[in-house]
Amino acid sequence: MIIAIEIDIEYMNKRVVITGLGIVAPNGVGLDAFTNAIKNGISGVKKDAELERLQFSCQISAKPEVSTELALHYFSELELRNFNSSGILYGVIAGMDAWKDAGLSIENNDEPDWDSGTIFGTGTSGIDKFRESIYKIDELQTRKLGSTAVAQTMNSGISAYLGGKLGLGNQVTTNSSACTTGTESILMAYDRIKSGQAKRILAGSTSDSGPYIWAGFDAMRVCTFKHNETPEQGSRPMSATASGFVPGSGAGAMVLEDLETALARGARIYAEVLGGNVNSGGQRGEGSMTAPNPIAVKKCITTAIANAKISADDIDAINGHLTATSKDSLEIQNWSEALNRKGNNFPYINSLKSMVGHCLSAAGSVESVATVLQLHQGFIFPNTNCEDLHPEINSLIDASRIPQQLIETELNIIAKASFGFGDVNGCVIFKKFKD
Amino acid sequence: MNKQEIIGHLKAIVQPYIQDQTAFESLTEDTDFINDLKINSANLVDVILDIEEKFDIIIDNQAMEKMINVKAAIEIIEMHLAEK
Repeated sequence: MIIAIEIDIEYMNKRVVITGLGIVAPNGVGLDAFTNAIKNGISGVKKDAELERLQFSCQISAKPEVSTELALHYFSELELRNFNSSGILYGVIAGMDAWKDAGLSIENNDEPDWDSGTIFGTGTSGIDKFRESIYKIDELQTRKLGSTAVAQTMNSGISAYLGGKLGLGNQVTTNSSACTTGTESILMAYDRIKSGQAKRILAGSTSDSGPYIWAGFDAMRVCTFKHNETPEQGSRPMSATASGFVPGSGAGAMVLEDLETALARGARIYAEVLGGNVNSGGQRGEGSMTAPNPIAVKKCITTAIANAKISADDIDAINGHLTATSKDSLEIQNWSEALNRKGNNFPYINSLKSMVGHCLSAAGSVESVATVLQLHQGFIFPNTNCEDLHPEINSLIDASRIPQQLIETELNIIAKASFGFGDVNGCVIFKKFKD
Repeated sequence: MNKQEIIGHLKAIVQPYIQDQTAFESLTEDTDFINDLKINSANLVDVILDIEEKFDIIIDNQAMEKMINVKAAIEIIEMHLAEK
């Protein structure tokens, strides 16, 4: 009996590490370009002619640049025929890059790789393909939709494409929790590996580009309309003049792996996932469909810390959600109260959104890739566009904690959080890997 | 349009979808789209849409079900062309 219990305890305590990264971001496609961009505060926000033509209030956006030539490294010519799903394009590139970056090969065996799966989230899939299909349907041309309309527009399209390209035989699924999606996918992958149900999960998330995905936000007036002629200054997290988020898109991916498996194959280890938490404010109290319940946000952070078996004082840096709306001050207040740290004692904090806008369902994974790069290489990327720090934020934490220049320093633990519509929260704790 | 011309157009249409190059190179009237050329069955719809576009014809669902090999495809295309 005692032996059985010990085995069970060991089974539930697999350590989980990150062995591969992939990124398709508005300010850099591929790890080298992205790392260079975030270290140097390079913006991916540009004037968007399509949004201007369609008379959006916000006429700037942040989109990754992917050429057909690059796409042909990941898709066959046949696959790109009638292909019109930017989210799947970004997700497949980021996912396959992470797989290769982890030193994993793509086998063409009869049997799939039973130990490897993917949890790759998105908000919608192939919204441009969906629009194209709807026009055909209404013109009584349903028979002309072709064979890939379903695969491109089903929400799990991204995990299905990746599962087939990589021959994955473990869980292949797509999660969806608005702007928390990418952070949630990492934690779902962590849980599955920790419990011994998979050795390796490609975790990540993606988001479509374009007016049909962003219009609803523009209609809510939550995107900035004050920077149509100054796009690079448009995304201003933590700034006194923050005036709404800049719509963005892209994909981030990471290979999460059981530590023993990673060590056995001599894989490079970027960082360890110590744990985390996802929860919801239930749209009760101050929470609503669109506003976070601060009690739930703080509980998510404190539970993540407890789950990771660290103390709040161990956190060296935070990668915030911080979208550049009026909620930024509230987020800082929630972090400060949850960690019981303020002023000079607050960890460093930064927001990638100042450079890449709000990548929506891709935000959590794109920002997590940036977070893990910071741990692995020892730097804090600069916050841009917050030279006029919001006074409410400044009253809570010292300005020195919000670096506006690159800081090169050894970091041990970074907390990353994302918050989404539906009052959902996710917080993951990453640690520099030490055996 | 004679049979050889139709076969020529058909070859160009199916080329992107085939997964057996040898069978494709030796394509005859008896070649089967799925068993010989190893075209993914879901892609047969795309092949038929491409045929419709190339020959400017409309192939109904019943005819589509029969179009599993080169011979059947030629017959259906010839029939539609004759009706034009």
